[in-house]
Amino acid sequence: MSRDTWWPSAGADVLHARARLLARIREFFADAGVMEVETPIASRCGTTDPVLHSLQTAWSGPCARAQVLYLHTSPELPMKRLLAAGTGPIFQICKVFRDGERGRLHHPEFSLLEWYRPGLRYRALMTEVAELVCHALDRPELSVRSSSYRELFRKHLGLDPVTANLNTLRRAAEEIPGSGNLDLDLDRDGWLDLLLTHRIQARLGRGHLAFIYDYPASQAALARIRQDSYPVAERFELYLDGMELANGFQELTDPEEQRRRFSADLDTRAAAGLEPLPADQDFLAALDAGMPEAAGVALGLDRLLMVATGSAHIDEVLAFPVERA
Amino acid sequence: MASYNTNEFRSGLKLMLDGDPYVIVENEFVKPGKGQAFNRVRVRNLKTGRVVERTFKSGESVEAADVHDTQMQYLYNDGELWYFMDPDSYEQLSADTTAMGEAVKWIKEQDMCAVTLWNGSPLSIEPPNFVVLEITETDPGLKGDTSGGGGKPATLETGAVVRVPLFVQTGELIKVDTRSGEYVSRAKEE
Repeated sequence: MSRDTWWPSAGADVLHARARLLARIREFFADAGVMEVETPIASRCGTTDPVLHSLQTAWSGPCARAQVLYLHTSPELPMKRLLAAGTGPIFQICKVFRDGERGRLHHPEFSLLEWYRPGLRYRALMTEVAELVCHALDRPELSVRSSSYRELFRKHLGLDPVTANLNTLRRAAEEIPGSGNLDLDLDRDGWLDLLLTHRIQARLGRGHLAFIYDYPASQAALARIRQDSYPVAERFELYLDGMELANGFQELTDPEEQRRRFSADLDTRAAAGLEPLPADQDFLAALDAGMPEAAGVALGLDRLLMVATGSAHIDEVLAFPVERA
Repeated sequence: MASYNTNEFRSGLKLMLDGDPYVIVENEFVKPGKGQAFNRVRVRNLKTGRVVERTFKSGESVEAADVHDTQMQYLYNDGELWYFMDPDSYEQLSADTTAMGEAVKWIKEQDMCAVTLWNGSPLSIEPPNFVVLEITETDPGLKGDTSGGGGKPATLETGAVVRVPLFVQTGELIKVDTRSGEYVSRAKEE
Protein backbone atom coordinates (compact mmCIF):
# COMPACT_ATOMS: atom_id res chain seq x y z
CA MET A 1 0.00 0.00 0.00
CA SER A 2 2.72 2.48 0.97
CA ARG A 3 4.65 1.77 -2.22
CA ASP A 4 1.48 2.60 -4.16
CA THR A 5 1.57 6.20 -2.98
CA TRP A 6 5.28 7.07 -2.76
CA TRP A 7 6.36 5.25 -5.90
CA PRO A 8 6.36 7.15 -9.24
CA SER A 9 3.35 6.67 -11.44
CA ALA A 10 5.53 6.76 -14.58
CA GLY A 11 7.89 3.88 -15.28
CA ALA A 12 11.67 4.39 -15.33
CA ASP A 13 11.67 4.08 -19.15
CA VAL A 14 9.08 6.87 -19.41
CA LEU A 15 11.07 9.14 -17.06
CA HIS A 16 14.05 8.64 -19.39
CA ALA A 17 11.84 9.28 -22.43
CA ARG A 18 10.75 12.62 -20.92
CA ALA A 19 14.35 13.71 -20.41
CA ARG A 20 15.17 12.70 -24.01
CA LEU A 21 12.12 14.52 -25.37
CA LEU A 22 13.06 17.75 -23.57
CA ALA A 23 16.66 17.48 -24.80
CA ARG A 24 15.57 16.96 -28.41
CA ILE A 25 13.19 19.93 -28.25
CA ARG A 26 15.91 22.23 -26.90
CA GLU A 27 18.26 20.91 -29.60
CA PHE A 28 15.66 21.73 -32.28
CA PHE A 29 15.25 25.32 -31.09
CA ALA A 30 19.00 25.85 -30.61
CA ASP A 31 19.49 24.85 -34.28
CA ALA A 32 16.59 27.09 -35.32
CA GLY A 33 17.97 30.11 -33.46
CA VAL A 34 14.97 30.45 -31.15
CA MET A 35 15.83 31.73 -27.65
CA GLU A 36 14.58 30.00 -24.51
CA VAL A 37 12.87 32.31 -22.01
CA GLU A 38 11.11 32.14 -18.65
CA THR A 39 8.13 34.23 -17.57
CA PRO A 40 6.24 34.28 -14.23
CA ILE A 41 4.16 31.28 -13.22
CA ALA A 42 2.32 33.35 -10.60
CA SER A 43 0.85 36.61 -11.89
CA ARG A 44 -1.30 39.47 -10.60
CA CYS A 45 -3.54 38.94 -13.63
CA GLY A 46 -5.72 35.94 -14.39
CA THR A 47 -6.75 34.30 -17.65
CA THR A 48 -9.98 35.93 -18.87
CA ASP A 49 -10.91 33.09 -21.27
CA PRO A 50 -14.22 31.78 -19.85
CA VAL A 51 -13.36 28.12 -20.60
CA LEU A 52 -10.15 28.28 -18.55
CA HIS A 53 -10.03 28.42 -14.77
CA SER A 54 -6.97 29.74 -12.95
CA LEU A 55 -5.68 28.32 -9.69
CA GLN A 56 -4.88 31.01 -7.13
CA THR A 57 -2.36 31.56 -4.44
CA ALA A 58 -1.53 34.55 -2.24
CA TRP A 59 1.70 36.42 -1.70
CA SER A 60 2.67 38.26 1.45
CA GLY A 61 5.87 40.22 1.68
CA PRO A 62 7.38 43.52 2.70
CA CYS A 63 5.22 45.34 0.14
CA ALA A 64 2.27 43.02 -0.13
CA ARG A 65 -0.26 41.54 2.21
CA ALA A 66 -1.99 38.47 0.77
CA GLN A 67 -1.83 39.83 -2.76
CA VAL A 68 -3.80 37.32 -4.89
CA LEU A 69 -1.60 35.71 -7.53
CA TYR A 70 -3.01 33.60 -10.36
CA LEU A 71 -1.04 30.58 -11.58
CA HIS A 72 -0.75 30.96 -15.34
CA THR A 73 -2.87 28.79 -17.64
CA SER A 74 -0.31 29.50 -20.39
CA PRO A 75 2.65 31.91 -20.66
CA GLU A 76 1.06 33.63 -23.68
CA LEU A 77 0.65 37.23 -22.49
CA PRO A 78 4.10 37.77 -20.88
CA MET A 79 5.76 36.10 -23.88
CA LYS A 80 3.99 38.60 -26.15
CA ARG A 81 5.28 41.41 -23.91
CA LEU A 82 8.78 40.04 -24.57
CA LEU A 83 8.08 40.06 -28.34
CA ALA A 84 6.93 43.68 -28.09
CA ALA A 85 10.21 44.42 -26.25
CA GLY A 86 12.08 43.10 -29.29
CA THR A 87 13.41 39.68 -28.25
CA GLY A 88 12.87 38.07 -31.66
CA PRO A 89 11.79 34.39 -31.82
CA ILE A 90 11.37 32.80 -28.36
CA PHE A 91 10.26 29.53 -26.79
CA GLN A 92 9.41 28.43 -23.28
CA ILE A 93 8.96 25.06 -21.58
CA CYS A 94 6.97 25.44 -18.37
CA LYS A 95 4.35 23.97 -16.09
CA VAL A 96 0.91 25.54 -16.51
CA PHE A 97 -2.14 25.12 -14.28
CA ARG A 98 -5.84 24.68 -15.03
CA ASP A 99 -8.44 24.21 -12.35
CA GLY A 100 -11.27 21.71 -12.87
CA GLU A 101 -9.45 19.58 -15.44
CA ARG A 102 -8.74 15.93 -14.71
CA GLY A 103 -9.05 12.78 -16.78
CA ARG A 104 -7.26 10.44 -19.15
CA LEU A 105 -5.83 13.40 -21.10
CA HIS A 106 -6.06 16.13 -18.44
CA HIS A 107 -4.15 16.95 -15.29
CA PRO A 108 -4.42 20.22 -13.30
CA GLU A 109 -0.73 20.99 -13.89
CA PHE A 110 0.95 19.99 -17.11
CA SER A 111 4.02 20.78 -19.20
CA LEU A 112 3.59 23.16 -22.08
CA LEU A 113 5.96 24.11 -24.88
CA GLU A 114 5.04 27.51 -26.28
CA TRP A 115 6.87 29.39 -29.02
CA TYR A 116 6.54 32.53 -31.11
CA ARG A 117 7.87 33.38 -34.56
CA PRO A 118 7.78 37.10 -35.41
CA GLY A 119 7.30 37.64 -39.14
CA LEU A 120 6.05 34.11 -39.78
CA ARG A 121 2.47 33.40 -40.95
CA TYR A 122 0.43 30.80 -39.05
CA ARG A 123 0.31 28.40 -42.02
CA ALA A 124 4.12 28.47 -42.18
CA LEU A 125 4.29 27.89 -38.42
CA MET A 126 2.21 24.70 -38.96
CA THR A 127 5.13 23.40 -41.05
CA GLU A 128 7.58 24.17 -38.25
CA VAL A 129 5.29 22.49 -35.69
CA ALA A 130 5.33 19.34 -37.85
CA GLU A 131 9.14 19.49 -38.07
CA LEU A 132 9.46 19.96 -34.30
CA VAL A 133 7.16 17.00 -33.55
CA CYS A 134 8.95 14.74 -36.06
CA HIS A 135 12.30 15.71 -34.51
CA ALA A 136 11.13 15.40 -30.91
CA LEU A 137 9.63 11.94 -31.53
CA ASP A 138 12.50 10.95 -33.85
CA ARG A 139 9.91 9.93 -36.43
CA PRO A 140 10.93 11.75 -39.62
CA GLU A 141 8.54 9.59 -41.65
CA LEU A 142 5.36 11.09 -40.12
CA SER A 143 3.32 12.65 -42.91
CA VAL A 144 1.13 15.73 -42.58
CA ARG A 145 -2.54 16.13 -43.55
CA SER A 146 -4.19 19.49 -43.18
CA SER A 147 -7.78 20.50 -43.62
CA SER A 148 -9.77 23.58 -42.76
CA TYR A 149 -12.34 23.36 -39.96
CA ARG A 150 -15.07 23.74 -42.58
CA GLU A 151 -13.72 20.96 -44.85
CA LEU A 152 -13.29 18.69 -41.84
CA PHE A 153 -16.96 18.94 -40.78
CA ARG A 154 -18.14 18.55 -44.36
CA LYS A 155 -16.00 15.45 -44.84
CA HIS A 156 -16.73 13.69 -41.52
CA LEU A 157 -20.29 14.80 -40.78
CA GLY A 158 -21.63 16.06 -44.10
CA LEU A 159 -22.57 19.42 -42.61
CA ASP A 160 -21.30 22.94 -43.05
CA PRO A 161 -20.25 24.37 -39.66
CA VAL A 162 -20.47 27.92 -41.02
CA THR A 163 -24.09 27.80 -42.17
CA ALA A 164 -25.67 24.91 -40.19
CA ASN A 165 -28.35 26.00 -37.71
CA LEU A 166 -28.64 24.78 -34.12
CA ASN A 167 -31.16 22.06 -35.04
CA THR A 168 -28.84 20.59 -37.66
CA LEU A 169 -25.97 20.56 -35.15
CA ARG A 170 -28.18 18.96 -32.49
CA ARG A 171 -29.39 16.28 -34.91
CA ALA A 172 -25.79 15.49 -35.88
CA ALA A 173 -24.94 15.18 -32.16
CA GLU A 174 -27.81 12.75 -31.64
CA GLU A 175 -26.07 10.35 -34.03
CA ILE A 176 -23.31 9.85 -31.45
CA PRO A 177 -23.48 6.07 -30.92
CA GLY A 178 -25.42 5.07 -27.80
CA SER A 179 -25.88 8.66 -26.73
CA GLY A 180 -29.65 8.55 -26.35
CA ASN A 181 -31.47 11.85 -26.36
CA LEU A 182 -29.26 14.80 -25.58
CA ASP A 183 -30.94 17.37 -23.37
CA LEU A 184 -27.86 19.57 -23.37
CA ASP A 185 -28.14 23.33 -23.13
CA LEU A 186 -25.38 24.41 -25.51
CA ASP A 187 -24.71 27.39 -27.71
CA ARG A 188 -23.54 27.05 -31.29
CA ASP A 189 -19.85 26.67 -30.38
CA GLY A 190 -20.79 24.20 -27.64
CA TRP A 191 -22.50 21.95 -30.22
CA LEU A 192 -19.52 22.29 -32.56
CA ASP A 193 -17.15 21.35 -29.70
CA LEU A 194 -19.37 18.35 -28.89
CA LEU A 195 -19.32 17.17 -32.51
CA LEU A 196 -15.56 17.66 -32.82
CA THR A 197 -14.72 15.83 -29.58
CA HIS A 198 -17.34 13.06 -29.81
CA ARG A 199 -17.66 12.36 -33.53
CA ILE A 200 -14.45 13.44 -35.24
CA GLN A 201 -11.48 13.67 -32.89
CA ALA A 202 -10.85 9.94 -32.32
CA ARG A 203 -10.34 9.50 -36.07
CA LEU A 204 -7.81 12.33 -36.42
CA GLY A 205 -4.06 11.81 -36.81
CA ARG A 206 -4.03 8.02 -36.91
CA GLY A 207 -0.44 7.40 -38.04
CA HIS A 208 0.05 10.93 -39.34
CA LEU A 209 -0.01 14.55 -38.17
CA ALA A 210 -3.45 16.08 -38.70
CA PHE A 211 -3.83 19.86 -38.71
CA ILE A 212 -7.15 21.69 -38.56
CA TYR A 213 -6.92 25.35 -39.52
CA ASP A 214 -9.19 28.38 -40.05
CA TYR A 215 -11.68 28.14 -37.19
CA PRO A 216 -15.06 29.84 -36.82
CA ALA A 217 -14.53 33.48 -35.81
CA SER A 218 -16.50 32.81 -32.61
CA GLN A 219 -13.67 30.44 -31.58
CA ALA A 220 -10.85 32.86 -32.30
CA ALA A 221 -9.57 33.15 -28.69
CA LEU A 222 -6.48 35.35 -29.28
CA ALA A 223 -6.17 34.68 -33.02
CA ARG A 224 -6.52 37.28 -35.74
CA ILE A 225 -9.81 37.23 -37.68
CA ARG A 226 -9.67 37.39 -41.47
CA GLN A 227 -12.62 38.54 -43.57
CA ASP A 228 -13.24 36.04 -46.39
CA SER A 229 -16.77 35.60 -47.68
CA TYR A 230 -17.35 34.85 -43.99
CA PRO A 231 -15.09 35.72 -41.01
CA VAL A 232 -12.37 33.15 -40.28
CA ALA A 233 -10.13 32.85 -37.21
CA GLU A 234 -6.52 32.32 -38.27
CA ARG A 235 -6.02 29.53 -35.79
CA PHE A 236 -4.86 25.91 -36.05
CA GLU A 237 -4.74 22.76 -33.99
CA LEU A 238 -2.62 19.63 -34.32
CA TYR A 239 -3.94 16.11 -33.66
CA LEU A 240 -1.95 12.90 -33.39
CA ASP A 241 -3.28 9.47 -32.41
CA GLY A 242 -6.74 11.01 -31.88
CA MET A 243 -5.34 13.50 -29.33
CA GLU A 244 -5.27 17.29 -29.46
CA LEU A 245 -1.57 18.18 -29.14
CA ALA A 246 -1.20 21.84 -30.07
CA ASN A 247 -3.06 25.08 -30.68
CA GLY A 248 -1.64 27.99 -32.66
CA PHE A 249 -2.63 31.47 -33.78
CA GLN A 250 -1.83 34.21 -36.17
CA GLU A 251 -1.53 36.45 -33.16
CA LEU A 252 -3.91 39.30 -32.63
CA THR A 253 -1.79 42.47 -32.37
CA ASP A 254 -4.51 45.14 -32.56
CA PRO A 255 -4.85 46.62 -29.03
CA GLU A 256 -8.40 47.89 -29.53
CA GLU A 257 -9.65 44.52 -30.80
CA GLN A 258 -7.78 42.86 -27.90
CA ARG A 259 -9.55 45.17 -25.40
CA ARG A 260 -12.91 44.25 -26.95
CA ARG A 261 -12.14 40.51 -26.61
CA PHE A 262 -11.06 40.86 -22.97
CA SER A 263 -14.22 42.77 -22.19
CA ALA A 264 -16.38 40.20 -24.05
CA ASP A 265 -14.63 37.42 -22.04
CA LEU A 266 -15.35 39.24 -18.79
CA ASP A 267 -19.01 39.70 -19.79
CA THR A 268 -19.30 35.96 -20.55
CA ARG A 269 -17.66 35.14 -17.21
CA ALA A 270 -20.05 37.41 -15.36
CA ALA A 271 -23.08 35.90 -17.14
CA ALA A 272 -21.84 32.41 -16.18
CA GLY A 273 -21.44 33.49 -12.54
CA LEU A 274 -17.63 33.18 -12.66
CA GLU A 275 -15.53 35.54 -10.59
CA PRO A 276 -14.32 38.73 -12.28
CA LEU A 277 -10.60 38.78 -13.02
CA PRO A 278 -8.13 41.61 -13.55
CA ALA A 279 -7.12 41.60 -17.25
CA ASP A 280 -3.42 42.15 -17.97
CA GLN A 281 -3.11 45.92 -18.51
CA ASP A 282 0.65 45.64 -19.09
CA PHE A 283 -0.02 43.27 -21.96
CA LEU A 284 -2.45 45.80 -23.47
CA ALA A 285 0.19 48.52 -23.00
CA ALA A 286 2.68 46.32 -24.86
CA LEU A 287 0.22 46.00 -27.76
CA ASP A 288 -0.26 49.79 -27.69
CA ALA A 289 3.53 50.18 -27.97
CA GLY A 290 3.52 47.74 -30.88
CA MET A 291 3.92 43.99 -30.93
CA PRO A 292 5.47 42.59 -34.13
CA GLU A 293 3.22 40.49 -36.35
CA ALA A 294 3.83 36.91 -35.23
CA ALA A 295 2.53 33.38 -35.24
CA GLY A 296 2.57 31.43 -31.97
CA VAL A 297 1.72 27.96 -30.77
CA ALA A 298 1.39 25.96 -27.54
CA LEU A 299 2.02 22.22 -27.48
CA GLY A 300 1.20 19.83 -24.63
CA LEU A 301 4.35 17.92 -23.76
CA ASP A 302 2.74 15.26 -21.55
CA ARG A 303 0.50 14.21 -24.43
CA LEU A 304 3.46 14.25 -26.82
CA LEU A 305 5.25 11.97 -24.34
CA MET A 306 2.15 9.73 -24.29
CA VAL A 307 2.54 9.35 -28.07
CA ALA A 308 6.29 8.74 -27.74
CA THR A 309 5.79 6.00 -25.15
CA GLY A 310 2.48 4.54 -26.34
CA SER A 311 0.77 5.47 -23.05
CA ALA A 312 -3.02 5.44 -22.82
CA HIS A 313 -3.39 7.63 -19.69
CA ILE A 314 -1.59 10.84 -18.73
CA ASP A 315 -0.77 9.34 -15.30
CA GLU A 316 1.55 6.90 -17.09
CA VAL A 317 3.85 9.78 -18.08
CA LEU A 318 3.73 11.82 -14.83
CA ALA A 319 6.14 11.10 -11.99
CA PHE A 320 3.52 12.00 -9.39
CA PRO A 321 -0.08 12.76 -10.43
CA VAL A 322 -1.99 15.19 -8.21
CA GLU A 323 -3.57 12.41 -6.14
CA ARG A 324 -0.10 11.44 -4.88
CA ALA A 325 1.58 14.84 -5.26
CA MET B 1 -33.02 17.03 -3.33
CA ALA B 2 -29.42 15.78 -3.33
CA SER B 3 -27.43 16.26 -6.50
CA TYR B 4 -23.91 15.75 -7.80
CA ASN B 5 -21.80 18.21 -9.76
CA THR B 6 -20.07 16.63 -12.76
CA ASN B 7 -16.70 17.15 -11.08
CA GLU B 8 -17.81 14.68 -8.38
CA PHE B 9 -18.49 12.02 -11.04
CA ARG B 10 -16.70 8.71 -10.54
CA SER B 11 -17.43 5.03 -11.07
CA GLY B 12 -20.08 3.74 -8.70
CA LEU B 13 -21.91 7.07 -8.23
CA LYS B 14 -25.72 6.67 -8.45
CA LEU B 15 -27.71 9.16 -10.56
CA MET B 16 -31.34 9.73 -11.55
CA LEU B 17 -31.72 9.97 -15.33
CA ASP B 18 -35.11 10.12 -17.08
CA GLY B 19 -36.76 8.90 -13.87
CA ASP B 20 -34.64 5.77 -13.48
CA PRO B 21 -31.73 5.08 -11.13
CA TYR B 22 -28.36 4.62 -12.86
CA VAL B 23 -24.83 3.87 -11.69
CA ILE B 24 -21.75 5.38 -13.38
CA VAL B 25 -19.63 2.65 -14.96
CA GLU B 26 -17.06 4.93 -16.56
CA ASN B 27 -16.52 8.69 -16.54
CA GLU B 28 -14.40 10.46 -19.15
CA PHE B 29 -13.52 14.17 -18.98
CA VAL B 30 -13.46 15.60 -22.50
CA LYS B 31 -12.35 19.15 -23.24
CA PRO B 32 -10.91 20.88 -26.25
CA GLY B 33 -8.13 23.24 -25.11
CA LYS B 34 -10.12 26.27 -26.22
CA GLY B 35 -13.66 24.98 -25.81
CA GLN B 36 -16.53 23.54 -23.83
CA ALA B 37 -15.73 20.80 -21.29
CA PHE B 38 -17.91 17.66 -21.17
CA ASN B 39 -18.26 14.59 -19.00
CA ARG B 40 -18.87 11.62 -21.24
CA VAL B 41 -20.12 8.79 -19.06
CA ARG B 42 -21.22 5.19 -19.46
CA VAL B 43 -24.07 4.47 -17.06
CA ARG B 44 -25.93 1.27 -16.17
CA ASN B 45 -29.66 1.37 -15.56
CA LEU B 46 -30.10 -0.28 -12.14
CA LYS B 47 -33.59 -1.53 -13.05
CA THR B 48 -32.85 -3.03 -16.47
CA GLY B 49 -29.08 -3.54 -16.36
CA ARG B 50 -28.75 -1.80 -19.73
CA VAL B 51 -25.59 0.26 -20.25
CA VAL B 52 -25.89 3.52 -22.20
CA GLU B 53 -23.67 6.51 -22.89
CA ARG B 54 -24.56 10.04 -21.75
CA THR B 55 -22.82 13.37 -22.13
CA PHE B 56 -23.08 16.27 -19.68
CA LYS B 57 -21.74 19.79 -19.81
CA SER B 58 -19.02 19.94 -17.17
CA GLY B 59 -20.13 21.98 -14.19
CA GLU B 60 -23.78 20.87 -14.45
CA SER B 61 -25.51 19.20 -11.54
CA VAL B 62 -27.40 15.94 -11.83
CA GLU B 63 -29.96 14.59 -9.37
CA ALA B 64 -28.57 11.88 -7.09
CA ALA B 65 -30.40 8.55 -6.91
CA ASP B 66 -31.39 7.55 -3.38
CA VAL B 67 -29.79 4.13 -3.77
CA HIS B 68 -27.90 2.31 -1.05
CA ASP B 69 -26.86 -1.20 -0.11
CA THR B 70 -27.83 -2.86 3.16
CA GLN B 71 -27.66 -6.35 4.70
CA MET B 72 -31.06 -7.99 5.29
CA GLN B 73 -32.21 -11.43 6.37
CA TYR B 74 -34.37 -13.48 4.01
CA LEU B 75 -37.52 -14.66 5.81
CA TYR B 76 -39.89 -16.46 3.44
CA ASN B 77 -41.57 -16.52 0.05
CA ASP B 78 -45.37 -16.44 -0.23
CA GLY B 79 -45.47 -17.72 -3.79
CA GLU B 80 -45.37 -14.21 -5.25
CA LEU B 81 -43.03 -12.06 -3.18
CA TRP B 82 -39.87 -12.63 -1.16
CA TYR B 83 -39.79 -11.09 2.33
CA PHE B 84 -36.68 -9.65 4.02
CA MET B 85 -36.03 -8.21 7.48
CA ASP B 86 -33.61 -5.56 8.68
CA PRO B 87 -31.81 -7.34 11.59
CA ASP B 88 -31.46 -4.10 13.56
CA SER B 89 -34.86 -2.46 13.16
CA TYR B 90 -36.85 -5.68 12.46
CA GLU B 91 -38.46 -3.72 9.64
CA GLN B 92 -39.70 -5.96 6.83
CA LEU B 93 -40.01 -5.43 3.10
CA SER B 94 -40.77 -7.52 0.05
CA ALA B 95 -39.02 -8.01 -3.29
CA ASP B 96 -40.56 -9.11 -6.58
CA THR B 97 -39.13 -11.56 -9.14
CA THR B 98 -37.38 -8.80 -11.10
CA ALA B 99 -35.50 -7.55 -8.05
CA MET B 100 -34.71 -11.12 -6.95
CA GLY B 101 -33.11 -12.10 -10.27
CA GLU B 102 -30.67 -15.00 -9.89
CA ALA B 103 -30.83 -14.81 -6.10
CA VAL B 104 -33.95 -17.06 -6.06
CA LYS B 105 -31.73 -19.97 -7.12
CA TRP B 106 -29.54 -19.78 -4.03
CA ILE B 107 -31.15 -18.38 -0.93
CA LYS B 108 -32.70 -20.22 1.99
CA GLU B 109 -34.67 -18.84 4.86
CA GLN B 110 -32.50 -16.89 7.35
CA ASP B 111 -29.70 -16.23 4.81
CA MET B 112 -28.21 -12.72 4.98
CA CYS B 113 -28.38 -10.96 1.60
CA ALA B 114 -27.06 -7.66 0.22
CA VAL B 115 -30.17 -5.68 -0.67
CA THR B 116 -29.91 -2.59 -2.91
CA LEU B 117 -32.65 -0.16 -1.97
CA TRP B 118 -33.96 2.67 -4.15
CA ASN B 119 -36.25 5.09 -2.35
CA GLY B 120 -36.64 2.38 0.28
CA SER B 121 -37.70 -0.40 -2.16
CA PRO B 122 -35.51 -3.34 -3.17
CA LEU B 123 -33.93 -2.85 -6.58
CA SER B 124 -31.76 -5.95 -6.51
CA ILE B 125 -30.78 -8.78 -4.16
CA GLU B 126 -27.32 -10.34 -3.96
CA PRO B 127 -27.14 -13.77 -2.30
CA PRO B 128 -24.17 -14.58 -0.01
CA ASN B 129 -21.05 -15.49 -2.05
CA PHE B 130 -21.17 -19.02 -0.60
CA VAL B 131 -24.24 -21.00 0.40
CA VAL B 132 -24.67 -24.50 1.86
CA LEU B 133 -27.56 -26.43 0.30
CA GLU B 134 -28.88 -29.99 0.37
CA ILE B 135 -28.91 -32.18 -2.73
CA THR B 136 -32.46 -33.37 -3.34
CA GLU B 137 -31.75 -35.39 -6.44
CA THR B 138 -28.72 -36.75 -8.27
CA ASP B 139 -27.83 -40.02 -10.03
CA PRO B 140 -26.01 -42.54 -7.79
CA GLY B 141 -22.29 -42.15 -8.47
CA LEU B 142 -19.90 -44.94 -9.45
CA LYS B 143 -18.42 -46.72 -6.47
CA GLY B 144 -14.78 -45.91 -5.80
CA ASP B 145 -14.74 -42.61 -7.66
CA THR B 146 -13.19 -40.01 -5.40
CA SER B 147 -11.59 -37.71 -7.92
CA GLY B 148 -14.68 -35.85 -9.00
CA GLY B 149 -13.23 -35.76 -12.51
CA GLY B 150 -16.33 -36.34 -14.57
CA GLY B 151 -19.13 -34.83 -12.55
CA LYS B 152 -22.90 -35.05 -12.83
CA PRO B 153 -25.87 -32.69 -12.43
CA ALA B 154 -27.44 -32.36 -8.99
CA THR B 155 -30.68 -30.63 -8.08
CA LEU B 156 -30.53 -28.62 -4.84
CA GLU B 157 -33.27 -27.88 -2.30
CA THR B 158 -33.79 -24.43 -3.82
CA GLY B 159 -34.30 -25.93 -7.28
CA ALA B 160 -30.91 -24.84 -8.64
CA VAL B 161 -28.94 -27.39 -10.66
CA VAL B 162 -25.15 -27.54 -10.28
CA ARG B 163 -22.47 -29.96 -11.46
CA VAL B 164 -21.07 -32.06 -8.61
CA PRO B 165 -18.40 -34.80 -8.42
CA LEU B 166 -19.64 -38.37 -8.91
CA PHE B 167 -19.05 -39.32 -5.24
CA VAL B 168 -21.55 -36.78 -3.89
CA GLN B 169 -24.94 -38.27 -3.14
CA THR B 170 -28.57 -37.26 -2.64
CA GLY B 171 -29.21 -35.95 0.87
CA GLU B 172 -25.70 -34.54 1.31
CA LEU B 173 -24.94 -30.85 1.96
CA ILE B 174 -22.66 -29.01 -0.46
CA LYS B 175 -21.07 -25.56 -0.54
CA VAL B 176 -21.68 -23.57 -3.74
CA ASP B 177 -20.12 -20.32 -5.02
CA THR B 178 -23.16 -18.27 -6.07
CA ARG B 179 -21.09 -15.91 -8.27
CA SER B 180 -20.01 -18.73 -10.59
CA GLY B 181 -22.76 -21.24 -9.74
CA GLU B 182 -20.06 -23.87 -9.11
CA TYR B 183 -19.69 -26.64 -6.53
CA VAL B 184 -16.94 -25.89 -3.98
CA SER B 185 -16.95 -28.80 -1.52
CA ARG B 186 -19.05 -31.09 0.62
CA ALA B 187 -20.30 -29.38 3.76
CA LYS B 188 -21.51 -30.19 7.26
CA GLU B 189 -24.68 -28.81 8.80
CA GLU B 190 -23.80 -25.37 10.17
